[in-house]
Parts: sequence; structure tokens; C-alpha cells
Amino acid sequence: MAKADVKLPQMQSGFDFGLCRRNDMLVKQGGKPAKFLKTGTTIVGLVYKDGVILGADTRATEGEIVADKNCEKIHYIAPNIYCCGAGTAADTEAVTDMVSSQLELHRYATGRESRVVTALTILKSHLFSYKGYVSAALVLGGVDITGPHLHAVYPHGSTDTLPFATMGSGSLAAMSIFESGYKEDLTREEGMELVSAAICAGIFNDLGSGSNVDLCVITKGGKEYLRNYKKPNPRTYIREKGYSFAKGHTQVLSTTIVPLKDKVTIIEGEAMEE
Amino acid sequence: MAMAMGCLLPPEPSQAAYREHQSTWSPYENNGGTCVAIAGLDYCVIAADTRMSVGFSILTREHSKIFQLSEKCILASSGFQADIRTLQKHLDARHKIYQHEHNKQMSCPAMAQLLSNTLYYKRFFPYYAFNVVGGLDNEGKGCVYTYDAVGSYERVGYSSQGSGMQLIMPVLDNQLKSASPLLLPAKESATSLTESEAIDLIKDTFASAAERDIYTGDSMELLVVNASGIRREYMELKKD
Repeated sequence: MAKADVKLPQMQSGFDFGLCRRNDMLVKQGGKPAKFLKTGTTIVGLVYKDGVILGADTRATEGEIVADKNCEKIHYIAPNIYCCGAGTAADTEAVTDMVSSQLELHRYATGRESRVVTALTILKSHLFSYKGYVSAALVLGGVDITGPHLHAVYPHGSTDTLPFATMGSGSLAAMSIFESGYKEDLTREEGMELVSAAICAGIFNDLGSGSNVDLCVITKGGKEYLRNYKKPNPRTYIREKGYSFAKGHTQVLSTTIVPLKDKVTIIEGEAMEE
Repeated sequence: MAMAMGCLLPPEPSQAAYREHQSTWSPYENNGGTCVAIAGLDYCVIAADTRMSVGFSILTREHSKIFQLSEKCILASSGFQADIRTLQKHLDARHKIYQHEHNKQMSCPAMAQLLSNTLYYKRFFPYYAFNVVGGLDNEGKGCVYTYDAVGSYERVGYSSQGSGMQLIMPVLDNQLKSASPLLLPAKESATSLTESEAIDLIKDTFASAAERDIYTGDSMELLVVNASGIRREYMELKKD
């Protein structure tokens, strides 16, 4: 994350950068600038004969340490739309949750299936208004009344409409697989194989990506979320003996047992309506 | 008065403005990787992973970080591989000279001191190298020496250096418990583990470090030094 720029004579826009000054002062006093969980990531998507296939790796990093070995990067937007997220984990999760909420309300109001362009427009206008500070790089895919759609969304709010797309730190490795293997009207099996190969290229060649492959196949009137479709990175050595710790390493200073039954009356409630 | 004077003077350019115009020169790079060494009563195990990387890219999956200095002395180093290679060649040349002059190989404690001197010689433009030396001392006991980049060193029973050391060191502390260097009479620094137990522990710590450290992986090279010579083993690590 770039250090905040503090040359702000006075507030001109609707943004308050007051905390930037405070943070810069704290840094000068020897404090550490705020850090975020950034998912160095490989996410991809492609359009095939009957719909869209999305793919993602499952590693989340904090600097050089793997924070989560099996996280979910393919987010739900609508029953017929999903979205892969790269960038700051909190931003990708918040922004996809917000869009899915708005679309659900929109479906209640209209009684119609959500369209991919609607999700795209909400996403890009939100990201644009935050001038790139909401660091979410997305691959949005789905099938609606107008057919299959795939879009790449950049943190500043620009978007692409593409037959195949890659994002994240492993995007170059993944794109090399797509550029050499993509053709129009792939079958479901061919498409899944190509997406999986692209994610694996990211997993093995980009240090920010790793662990397992998640897939999501969206077709007209259906989808299949294949969590951990491939697990190409099992642990290589397991110690037979394990690690045991003798009892008594933590001293117990006192023990009090309070039977709750004497003090509490339990009243069974009625089951809530569905 | 002073305040009034100050108002007439032109504003001083802030420190930040100067910082923006400073050009930087950065001759170092971090190629990552992890080294571990454990000394036993009659053996020493030295291990390192073989991944060499920079930033988010892997440069090669099979680069050895281990260098044999003599028949009883092994050097394992992580940090900047260009500096490390230079350091290895320098020590190798110094050892050749020593052998011509003394008609014998340098002992491991002597080699450890030579490495310290070599590092401190470049105190103000250091080798970006984090070293562990392992081998057998003059009595045939296992010995491990651990260093910082500018030559501070210490004989210990076990050590770890490099990108995975924060993950590995607490496990070794827990399993091996080093004797305090302040104890009198001095306690044995070598660990009480058997050779196969030490190898088992090292393999497990490397498999664990490869799970959580992005710069540790691909495979592990392990050298065992004992009375019968030097044995080399390899173990696969995660490649993601």
C-alpha cells in the first residue's frame, strides 16, 4: 500500500483526509503504517459454448506469510452471477456483498432475473467514486436473458468485456495459458480444463498465489460451484511421532465450578417460521 | 522579536520536499530461502530449501544454498545470492591458500572465525548474506555457528536463518532447548537428539515453513556430517 500523500492545504472535495495527516505523524514518530490483508491472487474466467466458467486459487497472503491456505475468492452476486475478487480482501468481499444485496432487492422489486450488466454498472460506479482507494480487481461472469457475459473490472472503475479474462498477481501466468489454448465454442470439459490449467499456472509460478483450484460453471438456468476442484499441493512430509506436550506445563492456580442448572430455568421456545 | 523576524524570512523548504528529489541506489536484492542446522554429539545436520526467488517470481527451483567449505565444514546461506556466491568463492580461495601454507584443512571453528572476519571486513558495505556454518569441531563433536550480515557470530546447538526463520526457530527452541551460554560450568551446546531424530525434525520444520512462507519451497537439500564423512539427501517440498 502506498504511503498516504499529506500535502493537503485544505479540503476541497467531499473526502476527509484528516486521518492521513495523523497517520503520517504516527509513522514519523516511529509507528507502523496500517497494513491490509492483500490477496496476491490468480483469478480467471472464460466464455464457453453454454455459458461462463470462473476460476480462482485459494491463497491469501500478508506480506510474505500465507494468512489463509484455503480461502474463497469466487463470490456470490446473484443465482446466475458470480464474481472473482483480487486485491484487498476486505474490499472485494464488501463490494461484492453490497452488489449482491442491491441486486436481490432489485429482483424483489422487478420480479426478474438479474442481469450481468446491472452488476457491472453498480460495481464500476462504486469503484469510480472511490478513485481507486477501494482496491478490488474483479472478474465478473454470469448468464442472463441476453446470454453469457464476462467482464474484467479494475480498481479505478474501468471495465472490459472479454471472451476470456485474468486478474491478480498471477494474471500474466494465467493469461499465457489462455492465449495459447483459448478458442471459441469450447465444450464444458475443455473449458474447465483450460481454466484449471490457467489457475495452476498462477499457483506454481506466482508466489502470491497457491494451494487449491476453485471453479464455478454458470450455464443458462443453472450453476455448479466446484470448491477445491483440484488440490495439487498436499503437505510433503508428515512427522510420524507428532508433537506431544507433558501435562502440567500451565499451572492451574484455582478452580471454581458453578452449576448453572440451579440458577437458570430453561424454557423451550417455538421454532421460527421459515 | 524573533517571531517577527521569522515572519519576514521566506518559508523553509520542508524535509519532505528534499526527500522527493533524492535519487536512490539499491544494490541489494532478497532471493529468499531458509537454512537450518542442528549439532549433535557426533554429527551435524545442515539443510536448506532450493527455491530462489525475487518479489513474487521464482527464478529457479533448484538452486543450492549449501556450500562445502572443507571435509568437516558446511556453509548454508540465504539472502542475496550474488553476494553469497562471492562470499563462497572468497572463502574457498582463502581455504586453498591455507592448505598450501599449512598442508592441512582448516578446522570448523577456524573457518567460522574466518567467515566472521570476512563479513566484518565489509562492515559499511556488507554482504547481504545470512549464514549458518555447521560441521564437526576438533574433538569430532557437532558444531553450529550462526551469524548476522556484518559478522557477529556465536556457537550454538542449532540455528535457522532466512525467510522462514521466524516460523522455524520457535519450534526448534521448543524441541531442543538450548543451554544458556551464561551457565557455569558451561553446558554442552550440542543437542541430545539422535541423528535420525534430528533429520526427522528438520524435514518436518521445512514442510511446515513451506506451507506458510512464500519464499520457502520446491525442495530441501540436507547434508549430514559425521565421522564417516558427508551424506547428502533431498526431499520434495510444496511447489506453489
